[in-house]
Amino acid sequence: MRATSQVPDPAGRFGPFGGRYVPETLTRALEQLAAEYDKARADESFESELADLYRHYVGRPSPLYHAARLSRQVGGAQIYLKREDLNHTGSHKINNTLGQALLTLRMGKRRVIAETGAGQHGVATATACARFGLECVVYMGEEDIRRQRPNVFSMKLLGTEVRPVTSGSRTLRDAINAAFRDWMSSVDTTHYCLGSVMGPNPFPRIVRDFQSIIGRETRGQCLDELGRLPDLIVACVGGGSNAGGMFYPFIEDEAVALVGVEAGGRSEKPGDHAAPLGFGRPGVLHGSYSYVMQDEDGQTCDVHSISAGLDYPGVGPEHSYWKDTGRVRYLNAKDAEVLEAFDTLARTEGIMPALESAHAVAKAIELAAAKRPDEIVVICLSGRGDKDAAEIARLRGVEF
Amino acid sequence: MSSIDRLFERLRASGRKALMPFVTAGDPDLDFTAEVIRKLAARGAGLFELGIPYSDPVADGPVIQASFTRALDKGIKLAKIFDMVGGLTAEVTTPIVAMGSYSIVYRHGLEAYVVEAKRAGVAGAIVPDLPADESGPLADICRREDFSLIQLVTPTTPRDRALRIAERTTGFIYYVSVAGITGERTELPPDVVDNVGWLREQTDLPICIGFGISRPEHIRMLAPVADGLIVGSAIVRRVAEAATRPRQRVLAEVDQYVGELLAALE
Repeated sequence: MRATSQVPDPAGRFGPFGGRYVPETLTRALEQLAAEYDKARADESFESELADLYRHYVGRPSPLYHAARLSRQVGGAQIYLKREDLNHTGSHKINNTLGQALLTLRMGKRRVIAETGAGQHGVATATACARFGLECVVYMGEEDIRRQRPNVFSMKLLGTEVRPVTSGSRTLRDAINAAFRDWMSSVDTTHYCLGSVMGPNPFPRIVRDFQSIIGRETRGQCLDELGRLPDLIVACVGGGSNAGGMFYPFIEDEAVALVGVEAGGRSEKPGDHAAPLGFGRPGVLHGSYSYVMQDEDGQTCDVHSISAGLDYPGVGPEHSYWKDTGRVRYLNAKDAEVLEAFDTLARTEGIMPALESAHAVAKAIELAAAKRPDEIVVICLSGRGDKDAAEIARLRGVEF
Repeated sequence: MSSIDRLFERLRASGRKALMPFVTAGDPDLDFTAEVIRKLAARGAGLFELGIPYSDPVADGPVIQASFTRALDKGIKLAKIFDMVGGLTAEVTTPIVAMGSYSIVYRHGLEAYVVEAKRAGVAGAIVPDLPADESGPLADICRREDFSLIQLVTPTTPRDRALRIAERTTGFIYYVSVAGITGERTELPPDVVDNVGWLREQTDLPICIGFGISRPEHIRMLAPVADGLIVGSAIVRRVAEAATRPRQRVLAEVDQYVGELLAALE
């Protein structure tokens, strides 16, 4: 089977993956969302409003930056960074939340809920809601609140209520459960602004489409500024939204190699990593059929990552499709490699990547080293690392 | 014809209704779960909804969620749950319906799940995160095995969709009283009666109502339009006390509580 960009089908299937495994209570809202999204996509005023927001509010297009010193140090291919970290709110997440905020308004809803892991999606949702005067509640695991304090406070400054989630692993997975439970009771008046290319149909498609601005811009910038498409693109994968948005416009460009990097954590032992595409099996979690870390009874396994944004046992269904078709290769980066990549990028280029994005940096450096100097490697630098400074200090035993 | 079909045929012939207690398998342990089922069957429960603990339930409120977490922390396994049911069916003839996430059903294997459940004496399945549109493959197996696959209709379900769901349901329709998660509620929305009344005119399938039901007045309000009423969190909360209090006393209290609900049903 060859991967195509003509997915998903109307049932939300990417090959066998995806679908809609949710309680009946949510079905109508998901159908309404899908219908509204299709209508919006056919409406020029929606497209132009979103394009205007991207340009004047987010600061798009984000630059494609030649990391010349890093490239020289690595001694292989030329490394370019797609600077999603320079977006308003510091990550790619705003591409999606603005789009979903516009959909919320079109559906006549006034309240938005969201889950967040690293807090990037939470801040981006809080920002979009402030911009459009929508009420916003963000669910966040207690463990992540501890790891990502600066983002928690930012959300509050933006007028959002942050609800700590104390059940289960107290991370992203439980924040998603809590958001779904809220939505079960509030579905008539509330939009669930899901933050990644995961969840029940139509979320994987909607989020991918909104994030595809990353790949479309990259493709245009490569052609305009470098005169050709890149040889390799590398992006980190948790739920998989920055990678999904980056890869999607290149799916039919078979000469462009695509590599997704999952969280390798401490080791390959179960519970020590968050790499379902590497070590999991297809199953159902959070509304869709995709690779997942589950035990033999279908119970979700605990996972670990140094970065809160990748600390998730599942992954978006389109990534499962790309994995099984062989279109995208999925690797993983260990916590220690990630910290080293963080330092390398900070010191050679003066750019601190988010720990999530540093996973992509780590593997891109490795892969670029084996390439010729006339080859081009693009890294999706999905977010900035300021939010992680305190956590890195803690890991290194540094006290402020 | 499954044992659920026969049960409702009998009840309808005599103009009676079923009370359907929900019990979490393995909270505080499977021995006690079996004891509760034996006791409540003797008391007159019409059928049982047996909750298969799942790590990430999104339709369940805090009480059932916490009971799942406790059971999983003690290492509950699906095979052990089916063993427990298998041990009961010699003495308990009351139909038992397994309520478990599609995550569990899929991982176990659709065919294996149905066949093993049926072999243990389970009469049907509720899969709360498997809406009718996605239920085809499992429904085919259930039909072949004469194993009921109970589908849910909720207040947010459009009427044309409710009809399609009814066509794909066997055993009974589970009508969810509120748009929300499981858990005891002081009051139930008044339109439940009308909504179920409408559904009843569209289908011959038995209709059981669940979510939020915990008080005798709820039972009296809903019994006239329903074939059965499902009581979950209020029972799970009481059963859970067996972890810390004398078991026989907890059992007697649960028995008495269900007795009060049954009295309201008469």
